[in-house]
Amino acid sequence: MTLMQKFLGAAAALALTGGAALAEPALIYDLGGKFDKSFNEAAFNGAELFAAEGGSYRDIELQSEAQREQALRRFAEAGFNPVITTGFSIAPIMGEVALDYPDTKFVNIDGWLPEVPPNVQLIGFQEHQGSYLVGMMAAMASKTGTVGFIGGMDIPLIRHFGCGYAQGAKAVNPDIKIIANMTGTTPTAWNDPVKGSELTKAQIAQGADVVYAAAGGTGVGVLQTAADEGILSIGVDSNQNYLHPGKVLTSMLKRVDVAVYNSMKAGENLETGGFTVLGLAEEGVGYALDDNNAPLVSDEMKMAVDKAREMIIAGDLEVTAYYANDSCPAHQF
Amino acid sequence: MDKMPAWADATLVPLISLFLAAVLSAFVIMAIGENPIEALMLMVDGTLMRSSGWGYMLYYATNFMFTGLAVAVAFHARLFNIGGEGQALIGGLGVALVCLYIPWPHWSLAIIGASVGAALFGAAWAYIPAVLQAKRGSHIVITTIMFNFIAAAVLNYVLVNVLRPKGAQEPATGFFPDATALPSFFDMFATEGSRLFRNSPANITFFLALAACVAVWVLIWHTRLGYQIRAFGERESAAKYAGINPVRITVIAMLISGGLAGMMAINTTMGEAERLILNATEGAGFIGIAVALMGRSHPFGILLAALLFGFLYQGGAELALWTNIPRELIVVIQALVILFTGALDNMVRMPLERIFLVMRRTN
Repeated sequence: MTLMQKFLGAAAALALTGGAALAEPALIYDLGGKFDKSFNEAAFNGAELFAAEGGSYRDIELQSEAQREQALRRFAEAGFNPVITTGFSIAPIMGEVALDYPDTKFVNIDGWLPEVPPNVQLIGFQEHQGSYLVGMMAAMASKTGTVGFIGGMDIPLIRHFGCGYAQGAKAVNPDIKIIANMTGTTPTAWNDPVKGSELTKAQIAQGADVVYAAAGGTGVGVLQTAADEGILSIGVDSNQNYLHPGKVLTSMLKRVDVAVYNSMKAGENLETGGFTVLGLAEEGVGYALDDNNAPLVSDEMKMAVDKAREMIIAGDLEVTAYYANDSCPAHQF
Repeated sequence: MDKMPAWADATLVPLISLFLAAVLSAFVIMAIGENPIEALMLMVDGTLMRSSGWGYMLYYATNFMFTGLAVAVAFHARLFNIGGEGQALIGGLGVALVCLYIPWPHWSLAIIGASVGAALFGAAWAYIPAVLQAKRGSHIVITTIMFNFIAAAVLNYVLVNVLRPKGAQEPATGFFPDATALPSFFDMFATEGSRLFRNSPANITFFLALAACVAVWVLIWHTRLGYQIRAFGERESAAKYAGINPVRITVIAMLISGGLAGMMAINTTMGEAERLILNATEGAGFIGIAVALMGRSHPFGILLAALLFGFLYQGGAELALWTNIPRELIVVIQALVILFTGALDNMVRMPLERIFLVMRRTN
């Protein structure tokens, strides 16, 4: 045994024991940043809940694409377990990195891989089901017969949100007019409240009196303008009803916080090697009802939406996913 | 006219600027309750004390060298090319098409093909603003900025609707064939025991960037075309009088500039990700402006400035990983360096010049 090998062996042993002692979870946010009031912030809230119960974790906000692999490897090498990531962009890289660290468990939210390594778990949400429900509510609340959708960056995932919304609205009122706009084509579209505000005004000018924002930080501007102009809005991912009480019809919940919390709680015993799909049945998606929007949601509205919810869970009602054939039956984007 | 010696202008001014930026950054870090000395140690340790840190630093530096050279070449003709970002994005499209649709037998051929593809696509994207500037007088700053947005939209459309593999959600192409994988520094320098540069993205493109530095140096100072570019940049009317065609020089300078910016995509797309992603440039086109300013549009200066920014990027990543310094603050530190070395250049130079003049007089 050469000196180098001895040294490496000692270092490896040290790293292993160090890892066993630590075994904290780590969380890697997507490029949108930790405080986007929406997707990443939901992950942060889940982690904070874990921390409030006495756990501890380390997190990083990515700044560049090349850091994805770097952060994954550095956390895995430092003994963090499980390593949780948000956003689909990191999934392909995670799939490769995970093979080098078989003792570390990796979790990704929103991602997709053709083959899932045994130590990777992918968590997806049925956003179209939740969007369907809020689409129904939008159509029922609308007096003008026109509802709006404002997406963030124009990618299939956001069309997926919009498609569920359009199907829900059409289910209530087949003649309803749906105006859909995307904020932009670059990642800055996730954090452009000014543009979100302009789009909202443009949609109001075309007659929309309910707008649904699926646009990350851009949605803050949409909700603000809707409240200022006296129309209703619908929030996304986190419960955003509180932002403008009495002005936000509801929020399409995507329980990223629950997914993160559960993964951290499970720790090293986390089940991996497949997909977890969280839909209405698992309460992974849904619509928000609290004191802030209770006066806006009529009993009739609630009954209709809850009935649709049960039908979707039972499989009697199918909401078409945009991914099924990259097109939407209810709206042409 | 009295001037300070060239060595002081080239080394003292940037070093003092850098020192001032570091001091100010230290205050900012102290203000949020972290220890600046520890932060600096962490940056140095994560970047210079481990080979994978070097790998990341050189990877970032490769990007900045290409975009810095691109800005510099245009700047010698007094054209301010802000479109490096868009040209690099479209260059990435060239790389992806070359790698995906031509069955390369070996990476050494593929990198030549990818270089041609990247340079052609990047140059083509710079061609339209160049012609508009040369023939119609549309200001190149405005048109190149606008072309950045058009490039992003074009790339988004192509990735979402044309090149995205079926079933994938992410707007990105599939992975390139194995034969196009460029050797990384790990493949080139690691030996059985050392495992240098393991898991770091630096690859052979770094040497391509070095070669580009030399090529730009030869072009600007040792060819007839370079002389024409410089003459045109110094005074257009005099250049015209000497028989230099302004339309031709504007277009050629911008084509070279766009081609260099496009070649940056070889590093990110072919060398690192091995597929084309939407966010392949992530601002390197804009950092290139700072790099060119700091490097005084000279290839050697650009090499040093690119290394410094590579250090800041990799060091910033280490800070984000192991401290609670938020990433916005890391951007603030990077911005301070740009501010002091680029924009506030004269703040250091003028007093320094005065000191040198006083010293000369007393001698």
